[in-house]
Amino acid sequence: MGAPHGHLLHYHGHSVVHRLPAHLKVLALLAFVIVVVATPAREVAAFGGYALLLAGAVVVSRVPPGYLLVRMVVEVPFVVFALLMPVIATGPRVPVGPFSLSEAGLWGAWTLLAKGTLGVAASLLLATTTEPRGLVAGLQRLRLPPALVQILAFMLRYLEVVAAEMSRMRTARASRGFSARGPAAWRVLARSAGALFIRSYERGERVHLAMLSRGYQGSLPQLGAAAVTGRDLAAAVALPAAAGLVLAAAVLP
Amino acid sequence: MSAPVLDVRGLAYAYPDGRQALYGVDLRVERGERVALLGPNGAGKTTLVLHLNGIHLPGRGSVTVAGLPVAPDTVPEVRRRVGVVFQDPDDQLFMPTVRDDVAFGPANLGLRGPELDARVAEALAAVGMTEVADRPPHHLSYGQRRRVAVATVLAMRPDVLVLDEPSSNLDPASRRELAVVLGSLDITVLMVTHDLPYAAELCERAVILSGGVVVADGPTAAVLGDSDLLAAHRLELPVGFDLARMWKHHGP
Repeated sequence: MGAPHGHLLHYHGHSVVHRLPAHLKVLALLAFVIVVVATPAREVAAFGGYALLLAGAVVVSRVPPGYLLVRMVVEVPFVVFALLMPVIATGPRVPVGPFSLSEAGLWGAWTLLAKGTLGVAASLLLATTTEPRGLVAGLQRLRLPPALVQILAFMLRYLEVVAAEMSRMRTARASRGFSARGPAAWRVLARSAGALFIRSYERGERVHLAMLSRGYQGSLPQLGAAAVTGRDLAAAVALPAAAGLVLAAAVLP
Repeated sequence: MSAPVLDVRGLAYAYPDGRQALYGVDLRVERGERVALLGPNGAGKTTLVLHLNGIHLPGRGSVTVAGLPVAPDTVPEVRRRVGVVFQDPDDQLFMPTVRDDVAFGPANLGLRGPELDARVAEALAAVGMTEVADRPPHHLSYGQRRRVAVATVLAMRPDVLVLDEPSSNLDPASRRELAVVLGSLDITVLMVTHDLPYAAELCERAVILSGGVVVADGPTAAVLGDSDLLAAHRLELPVGFDLARMWKHHGP
């Protein structure tokens, strides 16, 4: 087991961070992000402290920093917006090199970049160190409504099945000389999308039958999850608690 | 004498859209029997299967499972007693990992903790799939998925195993491996198929369902040996297939 097959984000490993029960990691992430977001923008040193703490967690997890950096491209749209803010924001302006930029915009950009980057990096650390199944089990344990847990679990299970179905349809279209060029192709693509939806819907009905046949009565059984030890709790609390101390040190007189 | 595991009497059923699928089916399966349910496409085989575990309730007639009549209030127990393995394992295996999936049925029966783990281990061992327990189903081969699908049902310790087209889409080696697994189980089996050699290999009794009624019921050798009967119901043995020779090797 455990070969890194087909997972977009998960990086296989056995570090302390990997072994932590998923629901504790979710709570730790939430607490860390709340601390980061609650920090006033002008406490620049505090953000540096958070970055160091998070870097420490990455080191402990033994996920290569490059692996995380590549996946941080999801943040690019926010970075673009952050870079625009000093230019388009109003208010008093300060000269920066050849440009005259809005001071409020600069602080806004800094806040967005700092808080966004820390949030994205922390979320990625959770995603890379937690199996998708573990994440669902963790959210289930955190009493996420059963309907949402089931939607997540089924999405995990059937994403590849539906993707394979879609790729077979694409092959079938291409085999009969179809190429998706120009608006004329849209009609065909729209119909394919419709067919895919109907196929998936029918699969949903068959899956439901199979579930009923095995005694399904409206909720998934709790997915197996390891018991929580005191050491797990301590490890999970470490990052948000340290971040909280940094915040306290920064804002308390 | 104990009640038959399956006792279907005069079962008729029409779908809500008015299409009639079954016109009075009679079928008894005794404990320990292995019965092949044969029939062309559209004969009503799947409709019959969905009556056996209470997905459909009889329009007319009755279905009794080990003495328990199928009715709205008995459905949960009926579904424990009748284990249905559906044709497409991607429909059957819906949980994130094989272990979760095999645990789904017994967990719904109220099993928890070590008892549940033992049930899962036992079912996976019965189909020789212990080593894939922590894999997600979509990373298994089709043959492995089919065997895991059998395990998901075995984990509920059913009285009868109902298999819908168990050999479909399997390569020859997977088909043979599944036959070995099915042959090794000590359980009553009703196998829906139009793979006649598979039926001949695994079942001593064969029933032909055609046009919504049972048109033949007897020893597999006699049913499959009657080529006129088979032809009348759009069933055929593969060209060149020799029943007598196969039984010399396997024997149902």
